[in-house]
Amino acid sequence: MLDLTPKEITERTALRINPAKTCQPVGAMYAALGVHRCMPHSHGSQGCCSYHRTFLTRHFKDPAIASSSSFTEGASVFGGGSNLKTAVRNIFDIYKPDIIAVHTTCLSETIGDDVGAFIQDMDIEEGKYVVHCHTPSYVGSHITGYGNMIAGFIKYLSRSTGRKHDRLNIIPGFVNPGDMREIKRILDLMGIPFIMLPDTSGVLDAPMLGRYTMYPPGGTRIDDIIAMGDSPLTLALGELACEDPANELKRKCGVDYKLLPLPMGIGATDQFIMALSNFSGHEVPYALEEERGQLIDILLDSHPYFHGKSVAIYGDPDTVLGITGLVLEMGMIPKYVITGTPGEAFTEKAQELFSKFGVTGCTAKAFSDLFELHQWIKNDRVDLLIGGSYGKQIAKAEDIPLVRAGFPILDRYVHSYMPLVGYRGAMRLVEMILNALMDRQDRDCADEDLELVM
Amino acid sequence: MSKVDRILDKYSARVYKNRKLHIIEKTEDNHEISANTRTIPGIMTNRGCCYAGCKGVVLGPIKDVAIITHGPIGCGFYSWGTRRNKARGDKHTKNFVEYCFSTDMQEPDIVFGGEKKLKQAIKEVVEIFDPDAIMICATCPVGLIGDDIHAVAAEAEKLYNRKVVAFSCEGYKGVSQSGGHHIANNGLMRHIIGTGDRVPTKYSINILGEYNIGGDAWEVERILKRIGYDIVVNIPGDSSIHEIENAHIAHLNLVQCHRSINYVADMLKDKYGTSWLKVNFIGVSSTVKSLRDIARYFNDPELTARTEEVIAEELAAIHDEMEYYKSKLKGKTAALFVGGSRSHHYQKLLKDFGVETIMAGYEFAHRDDYEGREVLPFIKEDADSKNIESLRIEKDERRYRLYLSEEQYEKLRKEIPLDYYEGMIKDMEKGTIIIDDMNHFETEEIIRILKPDIFFSGIKDKYVIQKAGILSRQLHSYDYSGPYAGFNGAVNFGRDVLMGLTTPAWGLVKAPWKNSPMIEGHLQEVV
Repeated sequence: MLDLTPKEITERTALRINPAKTCQPVGAMYAALGVHRCMPHSHGSQGCCSYHRTFLTRHFKDPAIASSSSFTEGASVFGGGSNLKTAVRNIFDIYKPDIIAVHTTCLSETIGDDVGAFIQDMDIEEGKYVVHCHTPSYVGSHITGYGNMIAGFIKYLSRSTGRKHDRLNIIPGFVNPGDMREIKRILDLMGIPFIMLPDTSGVLDAPMLGRYTMYPPGGTRIDDIIAMGDSPLTLALGELACEDPANELKRKCGVDYKLLPLPMGIGATDQFIMALSNFSGHEVPYALEEERGQLIDILLDSHPYFHGKSVAIYGDPDTVLGITGLVLEMGMIPKYVITGTPGEAFTEKAQELFSKFGVTGCTAKAFSDLFELHQWIKNDRVDLLIGGSYGKQIAKAEDIPLVRAGFPILDRYVHSYMPLVGYRGAMRLVEMILNALMDRQDRDCADEDLELVM
Repeated sequence: MSKVDRILDKYSARVYKNRKLHIIEKTEDNHEISANTRTIPGIMTNRGCCYAGCKGVVLGPIKDVAIITHGPIGCGFYSWGTRRNKARGDKHTKNFVEYCFSTDMQEPDIVFGGEKKLKQAIKEVVEIFDPDAIMICATCPVGLIGDDIHAVAAEAEKLYNRKVVAFSCEGYKGVSQSGGHHIANNGLMRHIIGTGDRVPTKYSINILGEYNIGGDAWEVERILKRIGYDIVVNIPGDSSIHEIENAHIAHLNLVQCHRSINYVADMLKDKYGTSWLKVNFIGVSSTVKSLRDIARYFNDPELTARTEEVIAEELAAIHDEMEYYKSKLKGKTAALFVGGSRSHHYQKLLKDFGVETIMAGYEFAHRDDYEGREVLPFIKEDADSKNIESLRIEKDERRYRLYLSEEQYEKLRKEIPLDYYEGMIKDMEKGTIIIDDMNHFETEEIIRILKPDIFFSGIKDKYVIQKAGILSRQLHSYDYSGPYAGFNGAVNFGRDVLMGLTTPAWGLVKAPWKNSPMIEGHLQEVV
């Protein structure tokens, strides 16, 4: 496995090998699936839409619907205006969504299609909506596209009427439906009414009831997106994915926002809970204190099995930072922390975490890739890998246990239903880490050292 | 209302007009179907793009070539390790199938051109991996900004003294993956095939269009090698570029996937005189037939006897299991929607188990895949097909040779599918439905109207179908199982389908409270 990867590290300036990111449009598609009765639409050639739907379906093991402008060479020369117009008409005719969320591709961006103008020229039935965002694949990553699509919804829909309501806006980072459910559960426990955009729970973790419905019950309601403009505050949960949309809402409707890290691990979840408590003036209920206490209890009980172990974490920036925070709280050493998404803010935040916990000799890098991570590991190995499915190659090559967390997980089941956020999410991650390390110990030890009680 | 009209019923007039040409109910052997035409924008198609067909399908499985995707990261990322084209490297053959190489173009590369970055990426791939050959695959923006990847390739070929081939397979070309297959075929023919100097042996053959999904090619090769064939190369599953270089020396080409590789088969015939035989190693009966057809071509009593011996042994080995699965699956109905060959091939395997195909369709096939190659002269070129280059192939006077005399050839053509594919429709029963470029809406309609027991399709449909209560098995990826080809593959397939139909979860879908009354009471006698 990966036998051709040399130990010797050479500088690369052009060649990306085994990426730890993908392109903007798939993030936009994911965000759009989190709006109720929404059809995500890819304005480009069919391959993009097909690849993105495939990718999302493989991760969620649930249908990911989306349509395409089906560009041919002609459209690429003369512009995709008529393709989009035809597409929108057909989508409303056949698939009957309430809203179509258009995102661009490197094709339509390179030829300079003015999608906003195309949409303005359309006759759209009363009560139906077409929104768009720009997602050039050659800028940022899928994380950028996710934020851009959320900002697109806000830009088109949110309105400030001047009459505030009391619902708190929540913009979750690029996380699973299981995480979105967990965030909502915490809000309910705190007794805080809210609007969450997007919300893929009930869409991409839809139950089997014996019938297929194109638009499952989940997803943010259009009316709620409109009402976000009258909210007292937005909590943007993901410092690197969610600032743009939160800022868009502030710019457009004057809604202040608070940027928080993804609530993964104890410190970040504490921050989230405190922000909720500050916002509502409510005390934190015992139920949450109990969960927190259980988590700390587990950490104390089991610390000998993870304390001091080194770990490499790769994936999306906010998720990687969240997991890094948790492993530091566990007393582990996050030796390598990488994301494929560009942006130095990631590195700075990782460094802040390293210094906060006083660990040295750890490396954080944005705009990196799995090939680079593998070379580092070849030179100085780690005890554990945490990240998506592609890391299984490194895990196999170097015989290092792997805990699957983040995007994409193409080779396991159930993960998308379960949270990584909140105290419960942290408890789950701690369990996975423990199982991986302890299973390894059981596998590798001599017969006489096999411990029945651990 | 006919079945076709029921499927089309809810479409608007404009969509109806287009789609009715792509959907037929079989009533006779000759049907014309519209295929390889543009998908209407907004219709949720399963089709991919030219890049996917070129890099993802045809070139991707070639293991010892470093394929650099020139473009933003997505295209390279999505075609990395996701198609199950298995490959094994060894001491002499590097295996790049586990790797993804991309120029990961950023905004300045789009604005100022990406050639410089591509050149640097080639330099880096040479320095780090020293691959025997390099291929460059273009994505949408590359053609639009005018990067001359062919010039870059030519320069790099000289500079690094190894084969560097560029493919202009921008996603917007053609109407589906199919254009990409053609572009990949052209590149292999123009730059690679014919550059090797291996000498053929008595029974040298090539397999064309077998992708080794789930190890299919290994099962097919196992059988062919048992009989005594010398497989020069299987293009492209688990192939080495050095094997492909020698593809011109075979005495016969076996064509498994007609759609994606018929160009190479035709060009080999025109240039070197090598005939091709349409085979199908999916299904027990069709594998047996294919093996017998190959033996007839070579017309050697010893080979024929060995063929029969191997067939008998293989059949005996799987007999009991096949009978068991057949007893369980007989009488079930199936719908198939796959790429450009499997929807036909798998009907044969299903038939081995007594499963009846009631609907079949191709995602990106051409009319000849449906109607047979006799329609080739009548297929009209349109703007999209004209954009994909058709290579003009000249006879290679020095190396052109015919294995059969003209007389033998003409005689044999009447007996086996030599340089001919009959297409899918002739093989289907009357009253079955054939759909080209089937879309999401039609998938739902098929489920509603035809109610198949099993729906074979791809990942984008899979969970739509299963949520509707029908077993769906992927025939692109085999749901991560396989091989399904050959004799052993047939058994795997039977096992997987039966498992899918009988898994207890199907019986648990309905919650008990949906069947029983909500309120319970009891009767009491009032005195």
